Amino acid sequence: MSTDATHAIARWLSRNSWVGPFVALVVLYAVFAMLVPDTFPTAGNLRTMVRQTTVVGIAALGMTMVVILGGIDLSVGSTVALATVVIAYLLQAGAGPLAAALGGVIIAAACGLFNGVLITSLRVMPFIVTLGAMGIIRGAAKGLAHEQKIDAPVTWLNNLIAELPAGSRWQILPAGVWLLVILALLVSALLHYTRFGRHIFAVGSNEQTARLCGINVPGVKIAVYVIASALAGVAGIMQFSRLTVGDPTVASGLELDVIAAVVIGGGTLAGGEGSILGAIVGAMLMTEIKTGGTHLGLSNWVQEIITGVIIIVAVALDRLRHRRAGT
Amino acid sequence: MSHARLRVADVSKRFGPTAALDGVRLEVAAGEVHALVGENGAGKSTLVKILSGALAPDQGEVHLDGTLYHPRNPLDARRQGVAMVYQELSLAPHLSVAENILLGAEPTRAGVVRRDERDRRARRALDELDRADVPLGARAGDLPIALQQVVEIARSLAQSDTRVLILDEPTSSLSEHDVRRLFEAIRRLRDRGLSIIYISHVLEEVQAIADRFTVLRDGATVGTGAVAGTPASDIVRMMAGRQLNELFPRSPHAPGETILSFADVAGMAKPDAASLSLRRGEVVGIGGLVGAGRTELLRVIFGLDPVRNGSVRVASWTGWATPRHRLSQGVGFASEDRKAEGLALAMSVADNITLSKLAGLGPGPFVVPTRQRAAATRWADRLRVRCHDTSQKVRELSGGNQQKVAIARLLHHDVDVYLLDEPTRGIDVGSKAEIYGLIDQLALAGKAVLMVSSYLPELLGICDRISVMHRGRLGPSRRACELTEHAVLMEATGQA
Repeated sequence: MSTDATHAIARWLSRNSWVGPFVALVVLYAVFAMLVPDTFPTAGNLRTMVRQTTVVGIAALGMTMVVILGGIDLSVGSTVALATVVIAYLLQAGAGPLAAALGGVIIAAACGLFNGVLITSLRVMPFIVTLGAMGIIRGAAKGLAHEQKIDAPVTWLNNLIAELPAGSRWQILPAGVWLLVILALLVSALLHYTRFGRHIFAVGSNEQTARLCGINVPGVKIAVYVIASALAGVAGIMQFSRLTVGDPTVASGLELDVIAAVVIGGGTLAGGEGSILGAIVGAMLMTEIKTGGTHLGLSNWVQEIITGVIIIVAVALDRLRHRRAGT
Repeated sequence: MSHARLRVADVSKRFGPTAALDGVRLEVAAGEVHALVGENGAGKSTLVKILSGALAPDQGEVHLDGTLYHPRNPLDARRQGVAMVYQELSLAPHLSVAENILLGAEPTRAGVVRRDERDRRARRALDELDRADVPLGARAGDLPIALQQVVEIARSLAQSDTRVLILDEPTSSLSEHDVRRLFEAIRRLRDRGLSIIYISHVLEEVQAIADRFTVLRDGATVGTGAVAGTPASDIVRMMAGRQLNELFPRSPHAPGETILSFADVAGMAKPDAASLSLRRGEVVGIGGLVGAGRTELLRVIFGLDPVRNGSVRVASWTGWATPRHRLSQGVGFASEDRKAEGLALAMSVADNITLSKLAGLGPGPFVVPTRQRAAATRWADRLRVRCHDTSQKVRELSGGNQQKVAIARLLHHDVDVYLLDEPTRGIDVGSKAEIYGLIDQLALAGKAVLMVSSYLPELLGICDRISVMHRGRLGPSRRACELTEHAVLMEATGQA
């Protein structure tokens, strides 16, 4: 191959960070399919994996925005838990399912507002503020639920990411998964085709430059944390759908899975970089390892080690990709 | 000339399809200061990376004191006596001066650092530079940039038996006074028999400090000789094929109405008092020493730094404003610090050019990428920014081209007042000439330019009027044609 073509490929790869994880996703799928040919490579299993990725996937959309901004949000897991509690609480109080879901999202967005305002006004690092918020929001969820699960009446919310009943197979995937797809397209378009999106990249790439260019830096930051937390609220709806109860202890440690998905997909914690498609692929990759491991009969601890290795390898390869592209 | 300390023979280096170096020759004697000059992209940094062990040549050989020199990495190069002081200083800011000087080579006994021995060696290295005034216990990050550089040079003296010291643009952030101190230190080292390779864009400096010079152009050696007896214009011609006086285009400017005026402006620390008015169609320069408060003045006017006192008027608006409002009033600012502030290096050329004014590049809140790139391409072509296309990341461009991108942003925003802080710092002669031409065109088109520069020929060459700032106070503006470099310097140092 000529060196020109190699360079062109290197440049293309350097701009499409999802390619590497996607190749890993496909290769691992093939490996699991060969090792467990009876149960793994089935349409049903594929649907299951996609359904199980929905919560992390939706939360990862928001986290991608936060990471591109140069921030981080450790309070995502707590926010998801609070959202499930609020939804169950509202349903119990007689609200309709749509109103309850919206209530969960609004409360979650308020958590983001809290984070964003503190980060911009106190000038404390996002890591610290959201670490604190992680405890505060979790505590608030437990207080609201009196440290118990809250039962809720059965509504259509329970079916959002459930296996489709025989009569609805024409939908191919449950509504919650489609919502993930639609939100992913919307967030991706927001990032790449709007002024606000370019401002997010600019703030993450160089905050000083953003200020110099007249960008309202605190405004952009607060807006991103609000949107990200609202998306965590939507992830909370999906989490509620899976549990069918409000549980203040659920999704503990979820933020780490979400951050891992974003980072596997090419996000760098230094800011300015990240990919929605990459984050979704990263989330899928982690589900695939867990599911494949279970099908193989691997113990939980082995799966956890493999996932950890994948995170480090993915980021190391990403660094290599950057160096190849040359600076 | 005594024997060659360092001999570079026909060294070549390729990166993919481009030849960065193509048969470079360089000979540096012991006890000489050898200037390495050339435009950005001429191959200076590649050559220096080979000498300092960061890159290996594809072809050719380097000999050090007659033996083949082939360092495996920068550490190996240091051990063999070739040390490099980078433009971006690489000190550990939280460690003390003494700790930095002996970092990685701490004298120990049974694994415990011998502080007295460490301090003694650090002190000796500073003495060699005649900078015993640098406090050994101070945190490196607290020192002014000039002293940080001294620490960096001391490190290369203390850690190994340095025979060749490479200084890359060592004066780019130093004041006149610090430059003089640095030159004294360089001469001391030279007189001790060190070979010093001095890389600079500033020919005046080369003439002041260097004994011999070598000019690189397009990766090849195009000339070498003794500095004494070679006129600067000859060196410039070798670098760019251009005469020095052709650098400054002088069109008659016809100043119009006043567009920016300020009175008694004071920032939190600096400036103390600055008053000036700027008319459309004129270029006004602010001279003075680094640290006099010139940059701070521009920043206060643009709204980047808080204001303590004074008033500002832009066209019909009075009062203070944020950068956002200043931009909407038609005032733009190009920072002296391209990397840390001026540009988002990881973003594309197109993003950087259009960032301050994305409105109009699509319906409503949207930005249409093709329209964004088209707008950016127009300015990139106009300023002759050398890049593959406008989707290339700014980080990958040379300093001169990065500066053009920073200025292209103001053109895209179509501001009326250009606040330019050191617009040609650290860029090659060719790019400088292009930026001078552009500033001239802006004035002809009725824009107003207020520029800060530490480079006197440039201030005198392109400005209509010049004010000099000394210790936070801005002097009265005077017509550039009535001033000389000497007069500006006297005023800048408070002797006028």
